[in-house]
Amino acid sequence: MPSWQTPAQTLGPFFHQGLARTRQAFQLPWLCGDAVDVIGNVLFNERTLGQRIRVEGVVYDGLEEPMVDALVEVWQADAHGRYNSPLDTGESAVDATFTGFGRAPTDEKGAFSFLSIKPGNVPWLGGLVQAPHINVIVGARGMARQAFTRIYFDADAGLASDPVLSRVPAARRHTLIARAGGEHDGALTYRFDLHLQGENETVFFDF
Amino acid sequence: MKKVSQYQPRDERAHPPYVSPRYVSTARRAPLLPAVAIPQSLSELTGPVFGDEVVRHGDDDLTTNAGTGSPALGERIIVSGQVLEARGRPVSNTLVEVWQCNAAGRYPHVHDTHDAPLDPNFLGAGRMLTDAEGWYQFTTIKPGAYPWRNDHNAWRPAHIHFSLFGPAFLTRLVTQMYFPGDPLLDLDAIYMSVPDAAARQRLVAKFEREASRPHFALGYRFDIVLRGREETPMEGS
Ligand SMILES: [Fe+3]
Repeated sequence: MPSWQTPAQTLGPFFHQGLARTRQAFQLPWLCGDAVDVIGNVLFNERTLGQRIRVEGVVYDGLEEPMVDALVEVWQADAHGRYNSPLDTGESAVDATFTGFGRAPTDEKGAFSFLSIKPGNVPWLGGLVQAPHINVIVGARGMARQAFTRIYFDADAGLASDPVLSRVPAARRHTLIARAGGEHDGALTYRFDLHLQGENETVFFDF
Repeated sequence: MKKVSQYQPRDERAHPPYVSPRYVSTARRAPLLPAVAIPQSLSELTGPVFGDEVVRHGDDDLTTNAGTGSPALGERIIVSGQVLEARGRPVSNTLVEVWQCNAAGRYPHVHDTHDAPLDPNFLGAGRMLTDAEGWYQFTTIKPGAYPWRNDHNAWRPAHIHFSLFGPAFLTRLVTQMYFPGDPLLDLDAIYMSVPDAAARQRLVAKFEREASRPHFALGYRFDIVLRGREETPMEGS
């Protein structure tokens, strides 16, 4: 039986006007007006609970060249591991100041960054927990559809028992783990590069 | 304990494979290793909810939302449709984002170098939320075809880019809507990247006389089907 699902198609090279609007993306800057994007790469406000983090990285293609026209989107839980979604089954309070969704187009160096908070542990099936992680979607011209991956944080105690990481071949797990890079403006910085191909090809998920 | 529904799998016949030889730039940008299958957890089964804070009055009229006071040039059209889950449930209150080139086939994007005129009154982007029955609607102008560098004489058929969220992280979908009867469709490497002919047809809007407004604009209908929930809820967290 057919699923009737509408097929995915590439984002193409010109998604900025629709998804990541900045004045610099326009040849006619007045078209942008004051309609600069409302869904951006800063996920918290001053009242949001949790450890501030800055996640930054570069998206690379199969020749290890930076991709200057990719879009990285993130979805994550709050500091207590609750998703700000009516479909979260947890019973504790959700941090209403934190939507948990953000997006960042890569810049002329292929780089993206997010300012967020470190998510809490998220429940897994059967009473187990998942280590803190950020869910990621990446899309670009040349990607016939978007791909899904995850960002974990190095040195987390929960990595060894994480039920998703344990399904990933051990030799590839490192592609999912952001490396701590010290503190900057009160935020812990993490480095997470995406490699669409090659020796360090990022693990992508199907679910 | 609340129960949470699982979703049907992504239909691999309906979606383009990453490696799509006719679409040349997939060669360097397609993940090549097999995806790792994981069960659906709260991380995939929840998703962002957007409200009026991201949609402003007039965002659904691309003929005027550049805010210049003059209308965009081109053939005015009304595009409407229903966002559904694969099992027929409407997806209410979900964010729909659209973007497109102008009537001459030109994006105002700094990287679009096609030698066709810019329209100083056309932003080419819109946003809306679906209503309680999953319906969206926007007014725009019919986009032009434009050339691209895939091969020596490649042209994109007229299309509108769509971005949808649906209820969950795993229902996120970015796609493109095409127009019926376009001779460029079968020559287009991106449209043809969808292997199944019946699935490709679902990317083509239907002209609908009833969706047209007399003396104003022709109407096109484009329904969008996201992955659907399975019937039996599974035990939650
Ligand atoms: Fe396009």
